[in-house]
Amino acid sequence: MKKLVLLTVILIFSGIAFLSVATAKKITLKKPYKIGAVLDVTGGASGLGEPEKQTLMMLTDDLNAKGGINGHRIELLLEDNESNPDNSITKAKKLVGEKVIAVIGATQSGTTMPFLPVIAEAKIPLVSVAASWKIVTDPDTKKTRQWIFKTAQSDSLAVSKIYEYCNKNNISKVALITVSNGFGDSGRGELLRLAPDFKITVVADERFGEQDADMTAQLTKIKGKDAQAVICWCIQKGPAIVAKNFKDLGMTQKLIMSHGIANQNFLNLAGDAANGIVLPAGKLIVAEQLPDSDLQKQVLIAYKTEFESKYKGARVSTFGGHAYDAFTILTNALKKSGAEPEKMRAEIEKTNNFAGCSGIFNMSPTDHEGMTKDAFVMVQIKDGKWDLIK
Amino acid sequence: MEWHNQLAQYLVTGVTTGAIYALAALGFTIIYNSTEIINLAQGEFVMLGGMIAASILPLLGVPLWMAVIIAIAAATVVGMIFERLAIRPVKNPSVLNLIIITIGGSILIKGVAMLIWGKDDRPLRAFTSTQPIHVFSTVITPQSIWIMAGTLLAVVLLHLFYEYSITGKALRACAYNRKAARLCGVSVERMVLFSFGLSAMLGAFAGVLVAPITFTSYDVGTMLGLKGFCAAILGGLGSNPGAVLGGLVIGTLESLGAGYLSSGYKDAIAFSIMLLVLYFKPAGILGKQMEKV
Repeated sequence: MKKLVLLTVILIFSGIAFLSVATAKKITLKKPYKIGAVLDVTGGASGLGEPEKQTLMMLTDDLNAKGGINGHRIELLLEDNESNPDNSITKAKKLVGEKVIAVIGATQSGTTMPFLPVIAEAKIPLVSVAASWKIVTDPDTKKTRQWIFKTAQSDSLAVSKIYEYCNKNNISKVALITVSNGFGDSGRGELLRLAPDFKITVVADERFGEQDADMTAQLTKIKGKDAQAVICWCIQKGPAIVAKNFKDLGMTQKLIMSHGIANQNFLNLAGDAANGIVLPAGKLIVAEQLPDSDLQKQVLIAYKTEFESKYKGARVSTFGGHAYDAFTILTNALKKSGAEPEKMRAEIEKTNNFAGCSGIFNMSPTDHEGMTKDAFVMVQIKDGKWDLIK
Repeated sequence: MEWHNQLAQYLVTGVTTGAIYALAALGFTIIYNSTEIINLAQGEFVMLGGMIAASILPLLGVPLWMAVIIAIAAATVVGMIFERLAIRPVKNPSVLNLIIITIGGSILIKGVAMLIWGKDDRPLRAFTSTQPIHVFSTVITPQSIWIMAGTLLAVVLLHLFYEYSITGKALRACAYNRKAARLCGVSVERMVLFSFGLSAMLGAFAGVLVAPITFTSYDVGTMLGLKGFCAAILGGLGSNPGAVLGGLVIGTLESLGAGYLSSGYKDAIAFSIMLLVLYFKPAGILGKQMEKV
């Protein structure tokens, strides 16, 4: 009987002690804000995903050093989907399971589209860093997706910029060569759709597979047509192979590519074959060449300086810039709304005149991307460097 | 561009790709001949050739030809180790068991490659200059010529080896009848080891030849291996000239198909051909009719 009483007393006291410690912890420390990120850090798109990861980590450290958001630390949960769409879905579900309040990602359109339903069901905001307009707008109903935003310029804007360049340079006949994946399909769709608006005729429409190692057959076919420019829409190693094949075949048309090649990886793979290629790109890669009056110049140079001093030897890429914008827009909204998903979402929608790395953002309930085609500038590759075309 | 120039261009691409498939197919044929198994890890040897060369070139700073030789030698060793560790010790060496083991081997090699070299694409410098050569209005890159010449050389050497060397004759003996070969004093186990090494060598050779054109990464082996297998089936499994013929035919048809039909279905061509062959003439073009004794 005595033993029983003693045991009960000990139990009660430990219980009280435990509860007080637990509640004490809760009161003194504010819960960290868990932000999830699914990125293509390894795999074919690693050239894009790696700088995105580095940027997010850099910005998280910066923000936490300043005390976080209203005293809440930011906890970044970063997952690598290995550039694989199925992995993307798995990682997104994992992050939702870990109760993140928002998600950033993924790197490619093809690895983002598959997990949109997961996000919509979890009712948390997603800020994507991939390009396709179909990410923020349902292609069937044409309605804006409620929980999805993106900071990468739409391919429709890139295509408009390219066609504007063609008009300026008296190019009216173009040949298309695009990759058969989410990114390529979306780009090709826009190229075909917008051509009549700019009085451009598409004389060839070739495709190739993501893993294809040789595109000379398709380019030979194009060589036989009367195109004045060849537009290649692809990311990863495909465009480098197209560039090399193009050069080997001695083709003289203007070679134009998508903004997807605006990274060091492409320059490494393509080597000399990259010379002369024209592309629309975010202003980040030509930041120093911008006029001082440009509203984004300061942000760009600051980001570039910090990134290149923290990650020695790495060069900034526009993709890191998308991640910068995603993180900043998200945390700006968090500062005003707190960790309530619906309030965060509404706050992101109110983003106004935000000069980011990818462009100047003006979001609205019907525009979850917020940029215009002037977020792009036309750039030409010369000797491994990006030259702004004025 | 006149139609004959276009055709010539497609043929150049076709023969170049076909030569690579031919080398891969030869690897299948050689192992099949001495063991009756299909080595589904063959594609990975092609990958290893390219990857090892691409990674040691900047790492050790050796000239390209040395990197190539080291890569081929290393892949050959891997092939022989694979035979010793995975094939030789099998207690119940039925053909099906061994084929499945080679599938496991291919997944293992691919996985290890991914861990060692990561998932990025790697370029390899072309053997000589990259200035393309113009024959009338058809363009041929020097690397293409290296591939065609290299394959031709390999095929000729292989033929001489099989015809005139003792080991070559021993290998052929194993192909005809293993028991009889054993009775004649041929060490069948050693011949099996040798054929794995030889297949790996040919595969790696193909890998270093093609890497400058296509870049290389840890997963190029799968598709190349499958297409090499299709080529071996088309030409007749067990026939060396058949393997070369099969490779060239598939490469050319792929290129012509991409040029004249649809570039989207390029990969389907190789596999459709294989299905047609298996349905109509399973022995392949030059294959010997298998006799069951």
